[in-house]
Amino acid sequence: MTATVSFDDVEVGTELPQQSFPLQRLDLVRYCGASGDFNVIHWNERIAKAVGLPDVIVHGMLTMAEAVRVVTDWAGDPGAVVEYGVRFTRPVVVPDDDRGALLEVSGVVTELLADRRVRVELTAMSTEQKVLGQARAVVQLG
Amino acid sequence: MPLDPSFIGKRYPPSETYLVSRAKIAEFADAVGDPNPAYRDVAAARALGHPDVVAPPTFLVVLTMRSSAQVVFDPELGLDYSMVVHGEQSFAYERPVHAGDELVVIGSVENIRSVAGNDLLSLRGEVSTTDGELVCTARSTIVSRGTAAQEA
Repeated sequence: MTATVSFDDVEVGTELPQQSFPLQRLDLVRYCGASGDFNVIHWNERIAKAVGLPDVIVHGMLTMAEAVRVVTDWAGDPGAVVEYGVRFTRPVVVPDDDRGALLEVSGVVTELLADRRVRVELTAMSTEQKVLGQARAVVQLG
Repeated sequence: MPLDPSFIGKRYPPSETYLVSRAKIAEFADAVGDPNPAYRDVAAARALGHPDVVAPPTFLVVLTMRSSAQVVFDPELGLDYSMVVHGEQSFAYERPVHAGDELVVIGSVENIRSVAGNDLLSLRGEVSTTDGELVCTARSTIVSRGTAAQEA
């Protein structure tokens, strides 16, 4: 396992390249199939609204998977992610139109740890609101 | 109805063995829209020092969600699934997961507490190889909305 980023080149405040992830209804259906999570609120607008949601929402775990790409693309090796945790603070709503939702994710190094590891804090936004809380990863650098 | 705190510490029997396949890793990576070659191309993964294609950081949810379901649908716990939302999730890895790994999950209830009228159920899934090597500890918090006992 070799992250292409060296610990020596990183400091507290180092920013990871920001990325945007468009999410449409089809992406939610595909994630249902791959993950095995077929909760109807991710694909059935009628039931989503009946339980008080504004519309179909993204699986929290799909939002979590997209957000960490900012870390894995930066580190160069997905296996460099040693720890990763989030709180699901706000649903990402996916309207039934040609655009869907847009998830915008940025990351910053917040702490240098032992053994050439760093802590990264992620910010995930959709419609200008934070959708994840305490989204943090520990990354093993080279 | 509030959840019974005597479930704290309860451990469930190990899951069936799950063989991580290259095809499932690629399917999962496709589903999260991630084109990273380390998820599909053995040579690319080996160039990074992995023995085979590597699993994305949240891949283990495929296994741990089944283990959580054991708890969530435990009739003795009495959780109302329609009131449940996913509050938190974390993964702590001992090493990356690769195609070819044969894994089992042991689920347990780490904590039950009430916050602002909601019951918070903290679950742990220990993911190990069939040889007993711990690979990852997954933690999740399940929120049961409005079911906690109201304080007088």
